[in-house]
Amino acid sequence: MRVHMRSDLDRLRAEGLSTLYPDGLRIGVGMATCGLATGAAAVYDALRDESAARGLDLTLVATGCIGYCQQEPLVDVRVPDRGRVLYARMNPERARALVAALAGGELPAEGALAVIPEDHPSKVLPGVPFLNELPFYARQHKIILRNSGLVDPTRVEEYVAREGYQALAHALLDLSQQDVIDEVVSAGLRGRGGGGFPTGCKWQVCRDAAGEPKYVICNGDEGDPGAYMDRTVLESDPHSVIEGMIIGGYAVGAHEGTLYVRDEYPLAVERVSQAVAQAEELGLLGEDILGSGFGFRIDVVRGAGAFVCGEETALIASIEGGLGEPSPKPPYPAVSGLWGQPTVINNVKTWASVSAILARGAAWYTGIGVEGNRGTVVFSLVGKVANTGLVEVPLGLTLREMIEGIGGGGLDGKVVKAVQTGGPSGGCLPARLFHLPIDYETLTQAGSIMGSGGMVVMDEETCMVDVARYFLTFTMDESCGKCTPCREGTRAMYEILTRIIDGGGTLEDLDNLEEIATWVKAASLCGLGQTAPNPVLSTLRYFRDEYEAHIVEKRCPAGVCRALIRLAIQPELCTGCGLCLRECPVGAITGESKEPHVIDPDLCTRCRLCHDICPVGAVEIVR
Amino acid sequence: MDAPAVNITVNGQPVSVPEGTVLLEAVRAAGVELPTLCYHEGLAPYGACRLCMVAITEPHQALVASCAYPVEEGIVVETDAPEAVTARRLALEFLLGRCPQSNVIRDLAAREGVTGSRFGAPLPERADELCVLCGLCVRVCREAIGAAAISFVGRGVERRVGTPFDVHADACIGCGACAEICPTGAIEIEDRGNQRILRTWNTTVELHACPECGCFFAPEPTAFLKEMLPEAADVWGLCPECLRKRTARQWIEQMPVGPA
Amino acid sequence: MPLIPQPAPPAGGALLARLHAINAEHGYLPEAELRLAADELGVPTSQVYSAASFYAAFTLEPRGRHTIQVCLGTACYIRGGDKLLEKLQATLGVGPGETTEDRAFTLETVYCLGSCSMSPVIRVDGDTYGRLRADRLPRILKKYRAAEGQGP
Repeated sequence: MRVHMRSDLDRLRAEGLSTLYPDGLRIGVGMATCGLATGAAAVYDALRDESAARGLDLTLVATGCIGYCQQEPLVDVRVPDRGRVLYARMNPERARALVAALAGGELPAEGALAVIPEDHPSKVLPGVPFLNELPFYARQHKIILRNSGLVDPTRVEEYVAREGYQALAHALLDLSQQDVIDEVVSAGLRGRGGGGFPTGCKWQVCRDAAGEPKYVICNGDEGDPGAYMDRTVLESDPHSVIEGMIIGGYAVGAHEGTLYVRDEYPLAVERVSQAVAQAEELGLLGEDILGSGFGFRIDVVRGAGAFVCGEETALIASIEGGLGEPSPKPPYPAVSGLWGQPTVINNVKTWASVSAILARGAAWYTGIGVEGNRGTVVFSLVGKVANTGLVEVPLGLTLREMIEGIGGGGLDGKVVKAVQTGGPSGGCLPARLFHLPIDYETLTQAGSIMGSGGMVVMDEETCMVDVARYFLTFTMDESCGKCTPCREGTRAMYEILTRIIDGGGTLEDLDNLEEIATWVKAASLCGLGQTAPNPVLSTLRYFRDEYEAHIVEKRCPAGVCRALIRLAIQPELCTGCGLCLRECPVGAITGESKEPHVIDPDLCTRCRLCHDICPVGAVEIVR
Repeated sequence: MDAPAVNITVNGQPVSVPEGTVLLEAVRAAGVELPTLCYHEGLAPYGACRLCMVAITEPHQALVASCAYPVEEGIVVETDAPEAVTARRLALEFLLGRCPQSNVIRDLAAREGVTGSRFGAPLPERADELCVLCGLCVRVCREAIGAAAISFVGRGVERRVGTPFDVHADACIGCGACAEICPTGAIEIEDRGNQRILRTWNTTVELHACPECGCFFAPEPTAFLKEMLPEAADVWGLCPECLRKRTARQWIEQMPVGPA
Repeated sequence: MPLIPQPAPPAGGALLARLHAINAEHGYLPEAELRLAADELGVPTSQVYSAASFYAAFTLEPRGRHTIQVCLGTACYIRGGDKLLEKLQATLGVGPGETTEDRAFTLETVYCLGSCSMSPVIRVDGDTYGRLRADRLPRILKKYRAAEGQGP
């Protein structure tokens, strides 16, 4: 069918509702990349096969990411008039047991993580909390992830059933171009790619700039290691981005959009391409959308593994001619971008927010978050923290509420020492600053940045000097090499940090490090170089004691840096199981079965693998 | 002057330049010299070497590469603000560390007060490096000549300039613009007999022989210029020496015969 | 402006798409294919070569039959991704970017596969393995060798 006018959306909505909320049993399996990585596909197959064998009628759906990645594979079971339950850590065996119970008319409590309340306020399973009672979900407010894990991302009808494309109809048919921009300005939406630039202002500049044609780009080159929010949105709810882009195109007067997706996300590329094709088939992309006279088309471009292409001018260069080299700003892309034309380039999460804002209104959006920092941000909460996953919260929440409240604190009872926000462009903030609210300005003043939402928790076993060097390894590898400070400076900082880690550092090295870091930050051509020193500068600011321990005492307080530690098996604890002997990458361990084993210090590379896998904790790290 | 005038202040001195001028040219118009490597007024601004850094103090504060910054009405610029001086010195210190054998870099650095480097060459096997990755050769070949025979290869510290697959570049017309524009003399070209050997690019181009004297002087692949630019036809047809002689003969033959 | 007139550039993303297509077919980017691409797209060969040598997804050297990508993203690094790399290096006898002598495996590092909650993660030929410990790696390698009929 084709959607020629607004009322045609009603038919799509009805179709979507019939599969989202069917009369019979519906089971959704979280099958985004992280779900698949933990075996969700096998769970899906088990559910399908077992219910077929038992003659159990059901609607089985592969949904996107449900968010609580720590607990994957996740399965969402909806029994009409009974309730809806989220089951965690599923495997094929438990899936079969679940089907057996459902076939017998039971909604089992075994393996249930939470009850998803719909129209049933009463608890359907005693002892099982509601979803928003779980610490992980309690403070969350899903806007960008509003459909993630709920809809089948391959069915546009389900997107429409959840208000999808209503915003587009409203924008194209009820509002002028300027009205749309004003709405986004009033909402106070700031770019969610990391820059935090007011989105509406950027659009206004583009609209006012001279030159036809104009372009719209979605930056899906999520390069921050530790961040996978953009991937999730593209895999789980691609239409939210498409709808946002069409609205943006209308607002600034662009008829062509490019959706640039990172190469390392094959499923995202597939889902997005599929969604674009669906929208074209329906007439929601193409000429005269919804009878408005406005036409728009989207091309999907796949990146090829270059962090620098997340920088807008490098991304544009990558689309134009292959090489992802940034260029000086000004001029800014809103004035002179793709092919030298006025171009709006926004992040995936920004576009997903746009469609929500135009659906519900700016006033609704400003009711969430705090002054100057409206709306929600999606964080990937990962690292040494108990609850990992994607978390969408209103801006203004504190780091403590995030790490301890939602994250559940440190792993295995270890003490949380720091949090890295904003990826390799951000800084490490110490635990004593966890009272700070999460907003753009506060994080920047503290020496980090909001970035794209990466939030990596580190504990007492993380060496901050090692972390700084790790990030330099990354930025050094990803530097395009065009400008002197980034190319030469990241390399020099990396070498100094390596010297310190290997026990050959001097206090003069710290002065040089700071000098180079300051220069690279101030003089680099693009955001990659300008932010690459942040991990160094923030760890020097907050963890100087660790640096000095490495230099003066030749000691690594966290017990990480290989040149400064020794590994020894404590004979009274060792059971002689031989696991470490088998796994040692360099064969440095010897010992008879059931006899205490010994590490040869000359062969040992101090990788600590033995320490990590010893079932009785017999390997000691001697600092 | 068609473009409207833009008025700025450089080191306390008022300067007026046409809109669209880059800040570096405005600074030069004020009589201030800044070191540059990657800037050439005939090519689009590149902003890579980061030597031409200046501080804008009003209305906002910024440290910018002046070669790539379009002038804005009313900005106040300090070329010797401490952060600008430091930025230039560190850039030169690193370039000196990268290319210790380059006299050009050594001189540029000395003029900014940098006489040595704390940093060594990033890749030990390239200790005799002369290339500073300013990109002028790549850009002139692509933007001005249009042959695009060379380009940047790899990224990060491994970045270098080369021909596709490091073999003879079919697209090279042997014009030598790359060697001419290179600020550090990193590109080696030698004419030997009937060949122009662009050693740095592993490329050899045939030379056309002068029909008069038989010497080899013009790269064969530039023959297209004869049709494209009528004024080039003469220059391409005879070697400079024979062209000079023929032109002189033509002048002599034009002179009136006999006394007035 | 240039002396030698240039054809209009191909559509946005065309060069990247072509490189991906070549990579999908050959497992790497052969010289002949790149020269052909330049010809057919109407772009200078040097431009194609630049792009081919710039991106981590592409290599100009043939890869092995299976490509192992070890994620060294932040979350994976914090949870021991470097140890997975070491174990693989020791087991296979190659470093990052290299291929085993029997051409079975190419080992690469990657900076984030976007599965950070399952860290540490590796990907082999598009199959993602999460929550890994180094002692589970030999079994995974075995799976791919066995699938080739090489046996355990």
